[in-house]
Amino acid sequence: MRSSFFSRKCILGLLAGAALAIPAMQAAAQSTYVTKGSKAASEKSCVAETSDIRRNHMDYMKHGRDEVVIDGDRTGQYSLAGCIDCHAAKDASGKYLPVDSEDQFCHSCHAYVAVNPACFQCHRTTPEKRD
Amino acid sequence: MLSKMYYRELYCGTPVRFWMGLALLTTFILIGLGSAYYMEHSGHWVTGMSNQVVWGLPHVFAIFLIVAASGALNVASIGSVFGGPMYKPLGRYSSLLAIGLLVGGLIVLVLDLGRPDRLIVAMTEYNFKSIFAWNVILYSGFIGIVAVYLWTMMDRSVNKLYRPLGFIAFFWRIALTTGTGSIFGFLVAREAYDAAIMAPMFVIMSFSYGLAFFIVTLIAAYLWSDRQIGELRLAKLKNLLGVFVGAVLYFTLVFNLTNLYATQHHGIERFILLDGGVYTQMFWFGQVLVGGVIPLFLIYSPAFDKSRWAIAAASIAVLIGGFFQLYVIVIGGQAYPMTVFPGKEVLESSFYDGVVSSYVPTFAEGALGVGGIAIALALVAIGARMFKVFPESLEDPEEA
Amino acid sequence: MSKQSDQPGMNRRQLIGGVIAATGAVTIAPGLILHAVAGNPQQKKGASSEKRWGMVIDANKCADGCSACVDACNDEHNLTGFDRPATDAQWIRTVKLKDKQTGHINRMVMLCQHCEFPPCVDVCPTNASFKRVDGIVLVDRHRCIGCRYCMMACPYKARSFIHEALADQSVNAPRGKGCVESCTLCVHRVDAGKTTTACQDACQKEGHAAILFGDLNDPKSRISQVLKSNNSTQIRADLELNTGVRYLNL
Repeated sequence: MRSSFFSRKCILGLLAGAALAIPAMQAAAQSTYVTKGSKAASEKSCVAETSDIRRNHMDYMKHGRDEVVIDGDRTGQYSLAGCIDCHAAKDASGKYLPVDSEDQFCHSCHAYVAVNPACFQCHRTTPEKRD
Repeated sequence: MLSKMYYRELYCGTPVRFWMGLALLTTFILIGLGSAYYMEHSGHWVTGMSNQVVWGLPHVFAIFLIVAASGALNVASIGSVFGGPMYKPLGRYSSLLAIGLLVGGLIVLVLDLGRPDRLIVAMTEYNFKSIFAWNVILYSGFIGIVAVYLWTMMDRSVNKLYRPLGFIAFFWRIALTTGTGSIFGFLVAREAYDAAIMAPMFVIMSFSYGLAFFIVTLIAAYLWSDRQIGELRLAKLKNLLGVFVGAVLYFTLVFNLTNLYATQHHGIERFILLDGGVYTQMFWFGQVLVGGVIPLFLIYSPAFDKSRWAIAAASIAVLIGGFFQLYVIVIGGQAYPMTVFPGKEVLESSFYDGVVSSYVPTFAEGALGVGGIAIALALVAIGARMFKVFPESLEDPEEA
Repeated sequence: MSKQSDQPGMNRRQLIGGVIAATGAVTIAPGLILHAVAGNPQQKKGASSEKRWGMVIDANKCADGCSACVDACNDEHNLTGFDRPATDAQWIRTVKLKDKQTGHINRMVMLCQHCEFPPCVDVCPTNASFKRVDGIVLVDRHRCIGCRYCMMACPYKARSFIHEALADQSVNAPRGKGCVESCTLCVHRVDAGKTTTACQDACQKEGHAAILFGDLNDPKSRISQVLKSNNSTQIRADLELNTGVRYLNL
């Protein structure tokens, strides 16, 4: 997940992020931060205090990924699939939009701080429906 | 008495000659990097590699360069560890070439990873049972040690460290090629590998390829910069190369004889020696004839006594033969079907069980490999231009 | 907790910052403590070292021409191919064998054998290939750099390299270009407390019942009883890897 931090773009991103992230977060707190039409839009808060999630989601997810992959413990509070299930919005025809596509949940903020999440090189970007 | 050596940066007759050479190398480097980007961007399906032949042409180039890097240090080691006065003036260049070749090889290896962007993981996560993890340490350590070694040769103020570092570098490079050979030696499941002799064989291969690389590039650099090399010095290098070429042939013989004795290895031996098609041809014509018999003839035949063209040709033949040898080991060894079901014949399988896997290298793979060689040579050319590594003249000492 | 589950990213961070001991400790400590709490044995969460998951495959029951298990596996993990058999991923495959001397013909399925001493784990430079405490051999794709050394080392050709970019992966098996993968023994089902794998269900549904999954450590499990009362074989038993997948009538 973090590996992409080491591309040049992302090191610049880190620098930019350090300078911009905090004001950006504050700005985002006042505006709407969930995507319209997603399940999250109707919830009172995220799986934890929203400000906490916004600041620490990457650590929670990374922590959770080791619990799941290595320890086989899937009972944790935080899961990437959970994020996507809740935060993916639908388009006019009722089809889910990928969370990392332009202006969608993950993309909007990460584009702003120029951090490129590598999650979606392996993880799906829409809620999965299985029969 | 040996006359005093003066070292000088690499200046060619005209600046254009140097920069044109560098421009040529840069072209190959750019093509190589472009190919690497193309392969990484599309995924490995655009290469000849598959789930059956998982290591392809880039690995042949990378291992070739890494093994040669260790051998390129021969001359420096002989100068400091074994005290050969004729070799000592060449120690600086020997070290520079070793670093250059290793960097070139490593770049090829890394750019062929599935996830080169995660290279940092290979430096933060170590599995000490993995010979690959050891090699990460051995390769990076080699660059560091040889760099310091080079420094002790060039700076009088640290000259007292010259001999100790010579020893450290010598043992480290033996460890490095042992580690590289063990990548294959430790593969218990594959008939073509799984042999302890792989490690010493790679050590001796490194002596041979590295020295050949050294001779070819030394002659080229001195032609490039209009400097002189004495016949006696070249003759010494030539005789040494002859011994190493013979030793590689000997190890090849022992390796194959051992396999021929064990019934379970008859299949792979038959494949390499008799009916493996392109691999059989590469073995006999590439490795044995071009890489062994022809260079030995060029080196020891009185007809070519002091011809430096014969020496250069012998070195180039050693390099070509060495490349084929690694191709047969790396790709031939994978193309031959692994025995998953001993005693059974595979009638049907969707995953190529029991059949010879095909591997056809693509242009991009070759371009990446050639780019690696170009990176190595460009680093050496730039290093030789910036530092005083080449003696002004390598004329034979008057006494001799 | 085991050292293996320490978080790699933390080390990386240290490296970037160039901040060595003190700051590093402060960075890592919360992660370790959190992890220790989460892994508290009292809670009995996650994989258990008391179990060893395995499989038994009856070659006599594996029906000619049937590929139900392969299809089910592809569906369960969304292993969509690109019609390029040399590079498409295969976690389970059917194989037909003929004894060279006797001419006896067998049909069976090959998959990751989930060895007790897996060569792929031995050779992996970054610990990405690993064995869970319950015996399931997996690839942690967060750490896999795609060197393919495990594919060189595996005696069973059980692993596939992902040769192209993928989309719409299943939550059951997140996977992407440049990493190596193999049968997970339906680890997502195991973690959810289910007792069958996708291939076993499919084989059962076809009426062959050639595949049986279960806990090799539990003497009362069906798989243990079947293995105790029948003569089973390991493939390449000469390598002494103590495979978790055993075969009957091979």
